[in-house]
Amino acid sequence: MGLAHINWFKYSSPQAFYPLAGRLTPWCAAAAILLIGVGLYIGLFVAPTDFQQGQSYRIIFVHVPAAWMSMFLYVAMALWAGLGLGLNARPSFMMAQAIAPTGALFTFLALVTGAMWGKPTWGAWWVWDARLTSELILLFLYGGVMLLRTSIDDSRRADRASALFALVGVVNVPIIYFSVRWWNTLHQGASVSMTAAPKMAATMLTAMLVMTLGFWMYSTAVILVRMRCVILERERQSSWGMPQSHRDAVEVH
Amino acid sequence: MQWGSLSEFVAMGGYGLYVWTSFGVTALCMLWEVLALRRRHAAALAGTNEPIHDR
Repeated sequence: MGLAHINWFKYSSPQAFYPLAGRLTPWCAAAAILLIGVGLYIGLFVAPTDFQQGQSYRIIFVHVPAAWMSMFLYVAMALWAGLGLGLNARPSFMMAQAIAPTGALFTFLALVTGAMWGKPTWGAWWVWDARLTSELILLFLYGGVMLLRTSIDDSRRADRASALFALVGVVNVPIIYFSVRWWNTLHQGASVSMTAAPKMAATMLTAMLVMTLGFWMYSTAVILVRMRCVILERERQSSWGMPQSHRDAVEVH
Repeated sequence: MQWGSLSEFVAMGGYGLYVWTSFGVTALCMLWEVLALRRRHAAALAGTNEPIHDR
């Protein structure tokens, strides 16, 4: 008993989620600033020089966290989209809508910082390598999900179409992740894996993981704020929270 | 501490341009996202942003 008596759906309504998101945001933002600050300090001042790549390797401290977030956020978006399709739940679609731009931003950053690393390391800003190409496809998938939403006027159809597109596109994520193993790529192999010891100094790994946690907290904070925007924008017709007098007449479909 | 002087730190062993562009673009994008969201939220509260075509 116990668990069954908690109303898990309490926070799934936009009206309940809106103030909750507002309360959580400052904590996530503070955690993000702290973690990114510590991560930058360890990455730029404590971590030693790489014996092969010299100082250029320090790009890893923004490149890898951005790339991980780009994949993680796509999976999160696809999960909310799938949940929305399965349960016909508007708040789930709204979560997917709130996640997409931040995921696209981190994909863009992974590509840009990758180019900044590729030029001194390989002598080329860009190569049509399996890892780089599949990450570029991820950017197009985010773009497709967002464009599909804005190009359909009816929000219910926009929700379903972009959710379906997001779900189909999720096959690209394992392709990105395993690309360095499946194909002979120019991109270096995984620096961290579940099965092998890390191929880098402990302080380098620490900086990378702390930066990743910082980016994660940052993403959570901005996605919560965007969720609040989406709720306000989409629930305007329901007019909860707009004029106080209309509060009693709230009806969310 | 890995650096003897500030100029050594900025030079990043000759890779300064690449390293600082990476960190700079990342910082600018994240800052822009925060500011854009702040504006969007203010507009959404005021009800002045583009109406959403809802049925």
